Amino acid sequence: MKYLKFLIVGLIFGVILTKSEVISWYRIYEMFRFEAFHMYGVIGSAVILGIIAIQLIKRFKMKDVDGNPIVIQPKAKNKWAPLLGGTIFGCGWAMTGACPGPIYILIGNGFLMFIVVLLSAILGTFVYGMLDGKLPK
Amino acid sequence: MEWIKSPWPWYVGGPLITFIMVLMLFFGKSFGISSTLKTVCSIGGAGKLSEFFKFDWKEQVWNLFFVVGALIGGYIASHYMTAHQAIELNIETKTALISSGILNPGAEYVPTTIFSWDNLFTLQGFVFMVVGGFMVGFGTRYADGCTSGHAISGLSNLQFPSLIAVIGFFLGGLFVTHLILPALL
Repeated sequence: MKYLKFLIVGLIFGVILTKSEVISWYRIYEMFRFEAFHMYGVIGSAVILGIIAIQLIKRFKMKDVDGNPIVIQPKAKNKWAPLLGGTIFGCGWAMTGACPGPIYILIGNGFLMFIVVLLSAILGTFVYGMLDGKLPK
Repeated sequence: MEWIKSPWPWYVGGPLITFIMVLMLFFGKSFGISSTLKTVCSIGGAGKLSEFFKFDWKEQVWNLFFVVGALIGGYIASHYMTAHQAIELNIETKTALISSGILNPGAEYVPTTIFSWDNLFTLQGFVFMVVGGFMVGFGTRYADGCTSGHAISGLSNLQFPSLIAVIGFFLGGLFVTHLILPALL
């Protein structure tokens, strides 16, 4: 079953984000009030190690399990879309205390109200899709 | 095995997130979770209404397995790997939350008085769950990524648009936390 490995990696991801409290509304609230280092430590260390890892992957031209070179698709070189979209997402992040990954993980943690958050997020994505091309990029 | 049941510090969580990102690259995929919301719209037939959803969603099924796995991981971690789900909050955060009426801040991962069925049809609950969820879905698609795609993968790959997006995440988050939430808590 070719998808099983993604289920397992996702499962490990769910455990990591639960155990390191990244999915907690309180941790996000604290972060935006600059009252704890925790989230800055998590994101900061992930990014610093990520930069090193990706530099090594590029330097040694590493290949994936299928033998294809590992390439990271660059995002479109827009200014307004990441700024405005990012700001809208940031508002939602502060309200729900959850970005998309944690929404799924919180449902697994038994906070079933996040099913409502997930459905709203799907609706938000749908409405964006209907407006795509009409908003500043 | 005591460390498994106690909360993991940032220097364990952060590096493990990098590990997940690298593992996904070795599996030939890029780490990004908000795309699953787009895939769900496409499976639901949104491609009939907008070109934006017209793509072969079967190419994205792997990511749905990833998020279903994440959900199961959340279940396993909370049921078998957690002694008690209390968070050690900064005393200032705690005091601020108590004074705004949250009885036991940090007792669980989520303030369950806000995130409850009873509260869904109040202004507070509607904003926190429905408006908040909508903005997460809308904003991540407009920005073309969320915390995983922009903050972790994008910044790791030194992509300039991701830096702009992360600045946006903080502009929005600071605005809501300091100017909107005080009126609702």
